[in-house]
Amino acid sequence: MKYSGAEIIIKLLEIHGIKIVEGIPGGANLPLYNALYKSGIRHILARHEQGAGFMAQGMARSTGLPAVCFATSGPGATNLITAIADAKLDSVPVIAITGQVSSSLIGTDAFQEVDTYGMTIPITKHNFLVKKAEELLSVIPESFRLAASGRPGPVLIDVPKDVQLEKIEVSEWPSVLAVDKPPAPDDKVVREAAMAINASERPVLYIGGGAISAGAGPLISDLALKASIPVSSTLMGIGALASGHPLYAGMIGMHARRKTNEMFREADLIIALGVRFDDRATGKVDEFCPRARIIHVDIDGAELNKNKRVDISVISGLAEFLNDILPLIERNDRREWIDKNFGVCDETPEPGNVEPGYFGPKRLLNLIARYLPGDAIITTDVGQHQMWTAQYYPVKIPRTLLTSSGLGTMGFGMPAAIGAALAYPERTVAAICGDGSILMNIQELAVISEERLNVKVIIFNNGHLGLVRQQQELFYGKNYIASGFSCRPDFCLIARGFGIKSYDLGSADDPEGELEKALAEPGPCVINAPIMGSMNVYPMVVPGGGNHEMIGGEGNAD
Amino acid sequence: MQTKNAKTMEGIVIELEVNNHAGVMSHVAGLFSRRGFNLEGILCGSIGDGSKSRMYLLVRDDEKLEQIIKQLRKLYDVVSVSVRRDYDLALYSRIHEDNKGTKNFT
Ligand SMILES: Cc1ncc(C[n+]2csc(CCOP(=O)(O)OP(=O)(O)O)c2C)c(N)n1
Repeated sequence: MKYSGAEIIIKLLEIHGIKIVEGIPGGANLPLYNALYKSGIRHILARHEQGAGFMAQGMARSTGLPAVCFATSGPGATNLITAIADAKLDSVPVIAITGQVSSSLIGTDAFQEVDTYGMTIPITKHNFLVKKAEELLSVIPESFRLAASGRPGPVLIDVPKDVQLEKIEVSEWPSVLAVDKPPAPDDKVVREAAMAINASERPVLYIGGGAISAGAGPLISDLALKASIPVSSTLMGIGALASGHPLYAGMIGMHARRKTNEMFREADLIIALGVRFDDRATGKVDEFCPRARIIHVDIDGAELNKNKRVDISVISGLAEFLNDILPLIERNDRREWIDKNFGVCDETPEPGNVEPGYFGPKRLLNLIARYLPGDAIITTDVGQHQMWTAQYYPVKIPRTLLTSSGLGTMGFGMPAAIGAALAYPERTVAAICGDGSILMNIQELAVISEERLNVKVIIFNNGHLGLVRQQQELFYGKNYIASGFSCRPDFCLIARGFGIKSYDLGSADDPEGELEKALAEPGPCVINAPIMGSMNVYPMVVPGGGNHEMIGGEGNAD
Repeated sequence: MQTKNAKTMEGIVIELEVNNHAGVMSHVAGLFSRRGFNLEGILCGSIGDGSKSRMYLLVRDDEKLEQIIKQLRKLYDVVSVSVRRDYDLALYSRIHEDNKGTKNFT
C-alpha cells in the first residue's frame, strides 16, 4: 500500500506507543496534521510552540519516556528552540518534528524558511533533515532509540513539505529499536573504586540527574546505608533519594545548606554519580572538594574529566556500576562522620522575617506538601520560588520534581505541569510559579482549561523578578533596575478569563484554609500567594566564589 | 582556518571517518565553535563508494584534545576517530598551491 511521508510519520509514532502529541499547525506541517486527523493519537493544541515543547518535556521528565511535539517551519521552529535547548541541558528525551518548506525552496529565503537543521545542531543530541519519504522509515525509529539511549536528549526531525506529501509503497513497517544497553564498568576499576570507598573516612555521595534517569535511587540508598555515606544531590537529582532518608543531606551548591557544602569541603572521597560538575553545584571548581579524591561514574564518557580532573573515572550505567560494587563494599558505621553531618539543627529556617499578610516561602511550601497527595508532581518556574522549592519541598519520589535546571528557563513550570498531567491524569500536579515567570507562558492556561487538567498553578507573588532583585541587593549596591513590577496583574482575574477557578490567598480571611480547599478540589485552579518582595534565598554562595563562601542563612550553621 | 609556514606548522591531526551527507561538516565544525576548541585546518574527501568521507582535522595538541576526541566520538555521523601524530602537516600549508591544480593531494 502507498503512504505519504506524513502518514508514515504518524503510523510510526503509533508504533512507538505515542498517545499524545503537543504542537501548533502551520503551512509547512499541514500534511502532518492531515495525517493526524485520521489517527487515534490525541493532539494537544498549545498556544505557543515553546509551550508545546515544555509540555512534551513535562511528559518525558515525569515518565522517563520520549515525548513528541510538532511545529511548523520558520517561526514555529524558532519558537520551539528554547524548549529544545532546555531539554538538551537537562538530558530530556524529547522528539521535535518540524515542518520545513518544500525541498525545491530550501535556500531561497522562502516564506517561513529558516535553517532549522543548522540552528538546532548545537542544542540537540542529534538532528535530521529528511530528504525522501523513504528515509522516515529509518529516521523515526532511530530518533526514538537515540533520544532514550545512553544519556538521553532531544532529537529534532525537520521534514520538508514535499517529503510529507511524497507517496511511497510500504510493504512492511519497521519495528521499535531497542534502547542501547548501558555500558557495564570495567572490573578492575570497580575494585579500585571499592578499595577507595572502603579506605575512606569521610566519603560523600554526590548524585545528579543521571541517578534519576537510571532509576538508581534504591541502589544508591543501599550503598549509602551499607557504608554510612552521606548523600547530596544536585537540583536535577532531587527525588532520587527521598527527603527524610536518614543519609540524605539535601542539595549541594549555590543554595545548599551551609552544612552540606561544608561536608564536601571536609570529605576525603567524593563518589560522583550521574553528575557533570556544573558550576551551580560545585561553585568555583578549583576550590571544590580540596581534600578529596574523586570517583566519577557516568554513562557519558565525555563528562569524565571535563570540568574537574578526577582520580577514578568510570564509563558505566549507574545501576550496572552499583550492582557490581555493592558486594565489594565493607559495612562501616563511620559514626563520627555521620554524627558530624547529621547532628542537631538540620532544619533550615525561613530565609527572613515574615510580616503579617504574607506567606514565608518555607511555611507555604510545607503547607502545599501537607495538602497535596503523596504522589503529586511538582514543577517550578525559575527564580527564588524554584530555589525555595528545592530547599524546602519534601520530594519523596523520583520524577516528581520537574524543574529547568541547566538552562534555567522562566516559563517552564506551567506547560511542564500540563505535560505531567497529561501523562498522569489520575495524579495532582502543582506548578510553583513566579509572578515574573508565569507571564512567559501564561497563554497555556487555555490548554489547562480546555483539557480540564488537574493542575494547580500556585503563584509566589512578590512583585519582582525576585532572584534578579536579590542579586542587585547583594552584589550591585542595591541599584535596583528592571527588577520590580509596577503593573501587578490580577492573576485570579486572568484565570477566570480562561475559565479557570482561582483563589487569592492575599485577600482570604483564612489563607491556610483557602489553600487547603483549593488543593483538595479536583480540577484546575490558579492560586495567588503573597510573598514579601524583600525576601531572599539563603544561604547563598557568592557568585564566582567557592562553595564555602556563603552569605546568609547562619541559622543552620550549627 | 589560518595558514602557517610549513616549518612552523604545529599540532596534530584528528582523522575522522564520517557518514557522507550535507550536514556532517556542520556538525563537526559546529562542535568546535560551540565548545571553544581551535580548529586550524580541515581536509576532507569521500572514500570508497562515496557513502563515507574521511576528514583530517588539524588541531592544537593541548589539554583540550581529550575532550575534543570524546565530543567527536559522540557525534552520530562520526564512525571512527583516531589521533595521528605522524602525519605530514606541510600539506595544510601547501594546500593553496596544490589547489591550483598542478598537483594531486589525495
Ligand atoms: C527566559 C529567562 N529570562 C531571564 C532569566 C533571568 N532570570 C532568572 S530568575 C529571574 C527572575 C524570575 O522572577 P519570578 O519568576 O517572579 O521568580 P522569583 O525570583 O521572583 O521567585 C530572571 C529574570 C531567566 N532565567 N530566564
